Amino acid sequence: MNSIRSIHTIRFFLLILVQVLILNHIDFLGYINPYIYILFIALFPVKKNRTTVIFLGFLTGLTIDLFQDTGGIHAAACVLIAYLRPIALKFSFGTIYEHQTIKFNTVDFGSKLIYITLLVIIHHLILFLLEIFSLSKIILVLQKTLFSSIFTIVLSIIIIIIFSKKTK
Amino acid sequence: MQQIVNFIIKNKNFLLFFFLFSISILFTIQSHSYHKSKFINSANFLTGGIYNSVNNISVYLNLKSQNQLLVEENNRLRSLVLNSGIEIDSTYIDSTSFNNIYNVYNANIIKNNYSLTDNILTINKGNNDSIKQDFGVISSKGIIGIIDRTSNNYATVISILNTTSKISAQLKKTNHFGTLIWNAKSPEFVQLIDIPKIAPVKTGDTIITSGRSSIFPKGIPVGVISNFQLDTSENYYEINIQLFNDMTNLEHTYIIKNKNAKEINKLQKEN
Repeated sequence: MNSIRSIHTIRFFLLILVQVLILNHIDFLGYINPYIYILFIALFPVKKNRTTVIFLGFLTGLTIDLFQDTGGIHAAACVLIAYLRPIALKFSFGTIYEHQTIKFNTVDFGSKLIYITLLVIIHHLILFLLEIFSLSKIILVLQKTLFSSIFTIVLSIIIIIIFSKKTK
Repeated sequence: MQQIVNFIIKNKNFLLFFFLFSISILFTIQSHSYHKSKFINSANFLTGGIYNSVNNISVYLNLKSQNQLLVEENNRLRSLVLNSGIEIDSTYIDSTSFNNIYNVYNANIIKNNYSLTDNILTINKGNNDSIKQDFGVISSKGIIGIIDRTSNNYATVISILNTTSKISAQLKKTNHFGTLIWNAKSPEFVQLIDIPKIAPVKTGDTIITSGRSSIFPKGIPVGVISNFQLDTSENYYEINIQLFNDMTNLEHTYIIKNKNAKEINKLQKEN
């Protein structure tokens, strides 16, 4: 129990530092940045109750906002995906989720990809809607969402593959 | 009463979500209005400290290009001094003892942003170095932004690459002035609006700050006109300006304090 807690604490700080110090400055093609810190929310243990996840989501987002001077856009997007996480889990994992027995290391790759994709797209859409904050630039919002989502999803999957423990 | 408590317990997740989501939206709206980002900014002890210590390392990576910029500026200033015929006095005079309107401080940028729609930079000087809100920030090549929030050791700067930033600028050769805004498209270009149709605008003309606000002195270079067109009302020009500054590669900055700013603002408020 204690080791799980420390793993997640370390993951929290590591992801945030990597995000604000490295990934926010990639600016691929001018504006495309991956936002992989949401892996913290995505990979949080399923058995934990929803309230904790929502609260930690808010905390994660707010920390990124502090560094980025972006008001509350990351916090809003994170709270939303933390709230919608059970729905995404149900949609992508189906019956395994019903029995509360998901371990992210053991589920098959396809459903993991669907799960990450769902969360990333919701998160990025809200993020860029709030960042640009005007409906007249909706094309720019969608464009940013699309390209950044692809970048984030690819990077997240790579990170998950590299850091997943081998199941024997 | 029982029912209310039951309702709260039953929907506690949704209520928590709704509460936190509303707070985030509130912060977002605040950050979109000028000078309102009260709580969430990177000029605090924690984020400023982390940015500063990382910057201490990363500063070495572009030492060469930054040195080149400084040498170029020294060159320009040196030639100005030589050609103006002012004798160089070797006695050191503290810059604060000059009887000038403007004080200049130097600072380093420890966090640069240019890919968002509202970009905010962080610099490593703050209240302790008597940096206050609404001081202007420039680099050796041109304008950068305006100081927003300050903490003891750090300050945030509203970049000109920020959709809420509005700075008064004018043509160099005439006195037609307009407002400098950013359309969030490219970090190389800003837009100058409200230049009257009668002004002689040509591609390649230089744009400078107008000195009409109490923030920037007149004549800080901004950029050159890359293209222009009449706006929808057909009375004013919308000018696309290519910046002199490379906003993606900033390090050394100068902060300008207008000593008469208080007096000017007070006078303008009274009217």
